[in-house]
Amino acid sequence: MGAAVVGTGVTGTVTATNLGLKRADFVSNVDPKWCAGCGCYSVLRWLTGTFPGMNLPREKFAVISGIGCSSRTPYYVDTFGFHTVHGRAMTVATGLKITQPDLSVWVMTGDGDALSIGGNHFIHMIRRNPDIKVILFNNQIYGLTKGQASPTTAKGKKTKSTPFGSFDQPLRPLSMAIAAGATFAARVADTDGELMADILAQAAAHRGAAFVEVLLNCVIFNDGTFSHLTDKAVKNDTTVRLRDGAPLVFGAAKNQVVTIDGFRPRVETFEPGAALPTNALIHDVGVEDPSLAFLLSNMEHPELPVPVGVFRKVAAPVYDDNYAPRGGDLGKVLQGNEAWVENDLGEIKPAAR
Amino acid sequence: MTSQAPSKQILSLDRVVIRFAGDSGDGMQLVGEQFTSTCALMGEDIATLPDYPSEIRAPAGTIAGVSGYQLCFGTSEVYTPGDGVEFLIAMNPAALRANMPALNPGATLILNEDAFQTRQIEKAGYAANPLETGELNGFRVLRVPMAKLTGEALGGAGLAAKQVDRSKNFFALGLAYWLFHRDPSHTERWLAKKFGAKPEVYQANLQVFRAGQAYGAQQTGDLPHYQIRAKAKARGPGTYRQVSGNTATALGLLAAAKRAGLQLFLGSYPITPATDIMQTLQQYPDFCKVLQAEDEIAGIGSAIGAAFGGALAATSTSGPGFSLKTEFINLAVITELPLVIVDVQRGGPSTGLPTKTEQSDLMQAVFGRHGESPIAVLAASSPQDCFDAAVEASRIALKYMTPVVLLTDGYLGNGSGVWRVPDLQDLPELPTMLTTQVDGFKPYSRDPETLARPWAAVGTKGLEHRIGGLEKEDGSGAVTTSAANHEKMTHLRAEKIERITRDMPPTEITGDPNAEILVLGWGSTAGVIQLAASHLARQGIGVAIAHLRYMNPMPPDLEGLLRRYKKVLVPEMNSGQLWYRLRAAYLIDMDRLNKVQGQPFRADEIELKIKSMLGVQ
Repeated sequence: MGAAVVGTGVTGTVTATNLGLKRADFVSNVDPKWCAGCGCYSVLRWLTGTFPGMNLPREKFAVISGIGCSSRTPYYVDTFGFHTVHGRAMTVATGLKITQPDLSVWVMTGDGDALSIGGNHFIHMIRRNPDIKVILFNNQIYGLTKGQASPTTAKGKKTKSTPFGSFDQPLRPLSMAIAAGATFAARVADTDGELMADILAQAAAHRGAAFVEVLLNCVIFNDGTFSHLTDKAVKNDTTVRLRDGAPLVFGAAKNQVVTIDGFRPRVETFEPGAALPTNALIHDVGVEDPSLAFLLSNMEHPELPVPVGVFRKVAAPVYDDNYAPRGGDLGKVLQGNEAWVENDLGEIKPAAR
Repeated sequence: MTSQAPSKQILSLDRVVIRFAGDSGDGMQLVGEQFTSTCALMGEDIATLPDYPSEIRAPAGTIAGVSGYQLCFGTSEVYTPGDGVEFLIAMNPAALRANMPALNPGATLILNEDAFQTRQIEKAGYAANPLETGELNGFRVLRVPMAKLTGEALGGAGLAAKQVDRSKNFFALGLAYWLFHRDPSHTERWLAKKFGAKPEVYQANLQVFRAGQAYGAQQTGDLPHYQIRAKAKARGPGTYRQVSGNTATALGLLAAAKRAGLQLFLGSYPITPATDIMQTLQQYPDFCKVLQAEDEIAGIGSAIGAAFGGALAATSTSGPGFSLKTEFINLAVITELPLVIVDVQRGGPSTGLPTKTEQSDLMQAVFGRHGESPIAVLAASSPQDCFDAAVEASRIALKYMTPVVLLTDGYLGNGSGVWRVPDLQDLPELPTMLTTQVDGFKPYSRDPETLARPWAAVGTKGLEHRIGGLEKEDGSGAVTTSAANHEKMTHLRAEKIERITRDMPPTEITGDPNAEILVLGWGSTAGVIQLAASHLARQGIGVAIAHLRYMNPMPPDLEGLLRRYKKVLVPEMNSGQLWYRLRAAYLIDMDRLNKVQGQPFRADEIELKIKSMLGVQ
């Protein structure tokens, strides 16, 4: 990927870098140790492809991770990187971002890392809205511990820790993020490079917390878990690409549309070229009220097409802007408001303020 | 305002131990603080001990709801807030009953008589009115109808009954001011400032405060009042203030960051009795960045992120939170980042005694992590010393690239004393391992002297590198599972911590260095050990005292010092954690004195133990 073609935003403008950095400049000399065919490679490729377009020198990037397959990513990116402890990357990222607000801070996490052990940090980082980008590698399984059910594992799924099928209700990462007040929320499959490049560029350009769920295939422990959404033969019928201001039209024949009936989304078929049903849902990424984004985040296969693209992108105060120390006379701080001065004789008078 | 009646008997004292006690909503902490500030401004020494329940407003009138504020003030030997209470001001029967065990024989009790009604007497758990049963016969009792007199003082002020009732703490304070010849001007200024916007409230409190003083002056009974003897020696020229241990810790971190030329970042979560460290720093957004995190873990996690970004990073907590931070402390150990972890110890295990004090986290601080995980551990010895200890903890963290635990405790954190405010220029400069050197940069190369690795803060051009919790290859910092490397790194991490001993000053001996017995203390027992030794010195019994600041690694001269004395006593507010560690390290047998009651030692407890060790009566 060349520097000039990265970062196609929603408006179609191309962000060229004048630093002359290329994707290769962001690839470290450590060879990734992911399984052959793992979806993690795709994220790494498009992440390092996004960085040159941000027009920032390499030292201004920090990639922070927790524990799990996703969280090996920092070792493979030639920026500052920190492979922290399980579930807590967002806390480290928050402290770093507050310390140096001009950094571009990216968190690499997984469904177990972000939603199970790190669930608390996830919702709180999102609600504070620091200018941090979070990529959640959702493979619906614990990969690095070799195949246990995760918080996103489907009900009934047999895994090593659910030999008779999981009976836990899975979490929807985007619903959680949106409920916590995410100002940017998006979803993309690991197989869709074009959309991933677009979403990561938009996330990079967003001021505030940006959350991106990547539907990611684990070839070893959960192979094909998203094939109903990613296989070329079916994906046009099972997913719908979200476009701002546009109806949710999908289907190989582009003859299906998501409509709204009260609070319930439905699928209706229409004649291509004819007028859409009047109750067709029109996407609006910038609407303040999160209800639409939340509704979209709950759309699931097979009743409804699964939306991919940007669910929500709104401007809001950025957390790190709250910190702007101006310095001053620290001696006065040490003194406090009630200090006094004593002389050799023990005579006392109030200290000058 | 004439608060002194010359005809009355005036007794002179060197020091006084007084306790204000009432319902937790009665404003006892406030009047205690006012009294303390006034004493400090009168040039006297002070040591305070707030003693409050963990419930915010337990049912009024019950023992569970009693809040107390004790202080010792005077001009000599003010080392602790005092063993036994000499003057108790009790606003209700529960406050009297709860504090009976703390009273000295013959203590003066100033009781709000109006509160000794049947209902309140029962609520306090008395079978009969203690004012009438004779059980207070050994004490000097002054029955003062404070509620009634407060009401009278405010007659016509047009205040609601509830507001009148809430002012009676200032009546008690006024009476205490008369009793000890306190200068009322500080409190009057404070009232003016506090209630400047509400003139009627200001006037009301002022009237009640003055009525309390006037009431004392009008007493015709045999109640004497007291004058504190002048100081033998002035404190020396300088700027002074009153400071609590938690405030001093916060200020120490600010000063350390300034002397290191770094930002200060604190990631923390509210927890008793450590919260004040966070709240103090939150008052100074121009000097530091404070994140009130979603939990204890996020508190330290954010601090580690800040350390990666080149800040002086700290987190503050108490026992349960300290446990939660454990995994992250190990991340700072293996990534060798500077970090200060303040543990304001409280009674444990688990939630334990949240508002009470203990020294029971020493083992956890030194050893309580998985893997071989050496870190530095320091302890502060007085509220004022929390400042120096925080600066020293920061110095070590930055010089050796290591997490440092600073142990204080509830008694130090909440207690306060008079502090000489240092000039920032007089504090040591704190060199850091920050580097911008690109040529030959290796994340895990080491300073030959300290073994510290370079600190390549995020944002430093050309020093992009990756760190993490996986074992690092010596030098390069690359991830490796090599057996030989792991053993080497384990030894390097331990040796680095051991080298901190090279900076340590000789361990100081106070008291009588030639005595037969050495008392070795650490942390908040410093004052009470000194007090006990000074009592014993008056009886002709010499005691040598050493007090540990460096809990890990321990000072290199400590073993020789312990061997110099025939008898060694280690008093601790735990079951013998330092004692255990010393025996394990040096194979020296020692005596110990342990108290695990959530309360500090009394001097007589230590005196008795020393006497029994020496075989004297």
